[in-house]
Amino acid sequence: MAVATIPPFERFYETHKGEVLAFLRRRAGRDRADDLFQETFLRALRAYARLEHGEHLRAWVLTIADRTLIDATRKEKPTAELVTEPSGEDERPAFEELAPLTDPLPPKERAAVVLRYGYELDYDDIGAALGSTGEAARQAASAGVRRIRRQKEAE
Amino acid sequence: MTTVPAALDERFRAAAAASGDLDVAFDILDDTPIGSLLVGVSDRGLCRVHFDPDPELALDDLAHRFGPRVLRSPRAIDRAKLELDEYLSGRRHGFDLELDLRGTPDFHQRVLAELAEVPYGTTTTYGALAAQVGSPKAARAIGTVMNRNPLPVVLPCHRVVGASGSLTGYGGGLERKEWLLRLEGALL
Repeated sequence: MAVATIPPFERFYETHKGEVLAFLRRRAGRDRADDLFQETFLRALRAYARLEHGEHLRAWVLTIADRTLIDATRKEKPTAELVTEPSGEDERPAFEELAPLTDPLPPKERAAVVLRYGYELDYDDIGAALGSTGEAARQAASAGVRRIRRQKEAE
Repeated sequence: MTTVPAALDERFRAAAAASGDLDVAFDILDDTPIGSLLVGVSDRGLCRVHFDPDPELALDDLAHRFGPRVLRSPRAIDRAKLELDEYLSGRRHGFDLELDLRGTPDFHQRVLAELAEVPYGTTTTYGALAAQVGSPKAARAIGTVMNRNPLPVVLPCHRVVGASGSLTGYGGGLERKEWLLRLEGALL
């Protein structure tokens, strides 16, 4: 199979901007989502020149959005609380319950859990976005879920 | 699917241009007297003027020539837009924009440099341009260079006509060539 070529950034941005904003609004709330949205795509733009192919771009940009959210939250703590806004459009109830629990996870496990259960991406896509393999992504996701379970039990 | 509010979208596009990380910022100017124009700017200067833009096609071509970080960003082309507006309303007779001709073959660049010297309101011929670049028999090749001019209007290929004075051809269509020559008073 031919490797997908890197699309012009305009097309990449137009394809993913709606989903990235929805992701950030659900995780950070409407007010904070706008700044995070801009920072996510500025980071993506900076990294875009180093992309080697156009595969897995959806997983890639959602990982950047997630990373941007974590970085911003660490800077703002303890005042800012991550909130999960109910969203009328494209709701994912199962994940809404899971999402707040992913915050304490190590970044790779967190990204794997979010992308797998929040976005139903397959493990190959997630692995590529995380710079590793599908198998490593599967392990990270299951380690993340186990960690969440242990936390819940401890509470 | 969530709609990104226009204000947020525009804010990101402006920030992207200001970040210096774009290979090309472009916008489409609708409603100019010669129809819509796609205008592209790199960090080195104006790099594309295109008639009847099919943004999808233009995107791929720009990405191929200058790099994949191509984004519509109206604010980034403000200066080019201003100069084009002034020119198209008859208030400007020359352009002060820096030009970026990367990806244009050497021979084409030499011809385009001569072309840039053809004064406002005058015309020259394919043969005369050929002689100026030292290839007097290359009138046909000059036609090809004009046809592939990446910066029409700004590099005035509309001022090049046939030896008999006929308009001959124009990448943007003869109607536009005629309009531009009338604007400059080179055609009555």
